[in-house]
Amino acid sequence: MVDMRVNLCGIDMDNPVMAASGTFGFGHEFAELYDINILGSFSFKGTTLEPRFGNPTPRIAECESGLINSIGLQNPGVNEVIDNELPKLAEVFNKPVMANIGGSSVEDYAMTAKALSSCKQIGWLEINVSCPNVNHGGMAFGTDPAVVQEVTEAVKANTEKPVIIKLSPNVTDITAIARACENGGADGVSLVNTMLGMRINLKTGKPVIANKMGGFSGPAIFPVALRMVYQVYEAVGLPIVGIGGIAKAEQVIEMMMAGATAVQIGAANLVNPYACRDIVNDLPKIMDKYGISSLSEIIGGAH
Amino acid sequence: MKQKILSVVSNVRLTDDVYRMVLADNDKTTDEPIISAPGQFINIKLDGYFLRRPISVADWDNDERTVTIIYKVAGDGTEYMKSLESGKNLDVLLPLGNGFDISKSGINPVLIGGGAGLPPMYGTAKALIREGIKPSVIAGFNDESQVFLVKELEELGAEVHVTTVDGSMGTKGFVTDQLIKMNYSHIFTCGPEPMLRAIDKAMPEFMDGQFSFEERMGCGFGACMGCSCKTKYGSKRICKEGPVLERSEIIW
Repeated sequence: MVDMRVNLCGIDMDNPVMAASGTFGFGHEFAELYDINILGSFSFKGTTLEPRFGNPTPRIAECESGLINSIGLQNPGVNEVIDNELPKLAEVFNKPVMANIGGSSVEDYAMTAKALSSCKQIGWLEINVSCPNVNHGGMAFGTDPAVVQEVTEAVKANTEKPVIIKLSPNVTDITAIARACENGGADGVSLVNTMLGMRINLKTGKPVIANKMGGFSGPAIFPVALRMVYQVYEAVGLPIVGIGGIAKAEQVIEMMMAGATAVQIGAANLVNPYACRDIVNDLPKIMDKYGISSLSEIIGGAH
Repeated sequence: MKQKILSVVSNVRLTDDVYRMVLADNDKTTDEPIISAPGQFINIKLDGYFLRRPISVADWDNDERTVTIIYKVAGDGTEYMKSLESGKNLDVLLPLGNGFDISKSGINPVLIGGGAGLPPMYGTAKALIREGIKPSVIAGFNDESQVFLVKELEELGAEVHVTTVDGSMGTKGFVTDQLIKMNYSHIFTCGPEPMLRAIDKAMPEFMDGQFSFEERMGCGFGACMGCSCKTKYGSKRICKEGPVLERSEIIW
């Protein structure tokens, strides 16, 4: 009998497999298909202080080994999430869920975090710092270590829950950003968010995505994400949630060996709605194959 | 929605770039309807392509457990689809989307399909005829060489009006040139957005109708919010709360 349990920032998980924010909604589409309690947890749809419709369509572009999305944080706003989505989620999911938070100012993050902190169902807050910062010309929060530290401190001051900062890979040195999270008091980091990408439609000669660029994710980015998790593991002492292109159980183990305590599955859910369930089901036999009896023991083993 | 392995029964060319594929569910142990309403779609995984291909359903048979799609070759994915031979197994998510609500048809509905938007009108016509309602169909094409499905619609018992932009078959002009000559109780339509807009303008103000929309999709089952649109009653996902929207809720 293999042991898949891990502990992420003080919270026990049956297994390290989570669905990534933005690919799993608030769980309902998947709960219609299977019992989502098989997951370690999931990070729900990025939530902001006010409701957002998001970007114009087309928002999706296919790539050779992944897709570009430019949803623009469409969500019903934090009040609606607390009043309706979380009670609905409680009917189908009985584990701590990760709350993903977006914002366009430091105050937005702090207020949204404060509002969600009162919800018992929420285990962790995951702060998406890839959003454009309206007070700094729309540059993403996550590209400036000083701003990342400021956001981290502001969120920490408004919650008792563990705070995990979700890092953008679109930076020169991701370890500098991770250190800023640590300095700001973060309890963990998750990485990576999507990579800025683009496609052009040859028939029109114009970008496929209405917003021109979007976030590239899918199997193609796995080696880049793995490398960044490996680097961040060496740079900081924080627990890491490894994200980027994971589509099978072997890659969960690879990501954990690089330094991840837990992992998130993103793009794979959109193509195979059973991807997370299948990965959890496959893990024991892949662990057996490589002689792994306990997943928590392999974290960072590649270093 | 279910994930199923369907096998290709046939895949034949109807025009230069339009093909008809019949898919069969070999799992006969279930009696759940394979499709629950006309106007729904299926989402097909193709070898070598990351995203699935959403394709509207033209016809289905819940007893034989078959689904018929009629698709236009418009890109790499559909180019590959046309090469698939009978016996090939495909990973398909279905049924998807809300589909048309035929209970709102009234006594003499008109069904309007423009080009690749015509196939769902076949299933809609069939469902209406099963309920004892004889629909009229307006099938719009650019020219005679692109015409398909008209004979089959007539064989169902629908009254079919063909329009072609160049006048090479049927009425010369657009579907709306035919529509304004007709009396009808409701409209069901699918086609390019400019056609849908023109139909809305040509309809009497009080008339209800159901319009099926297209959008680039990520997942096709409501998870990614890739295909959202604004309606008078909030945002809707074309893949989940659509693809069919009521005329009264559409923001043009």
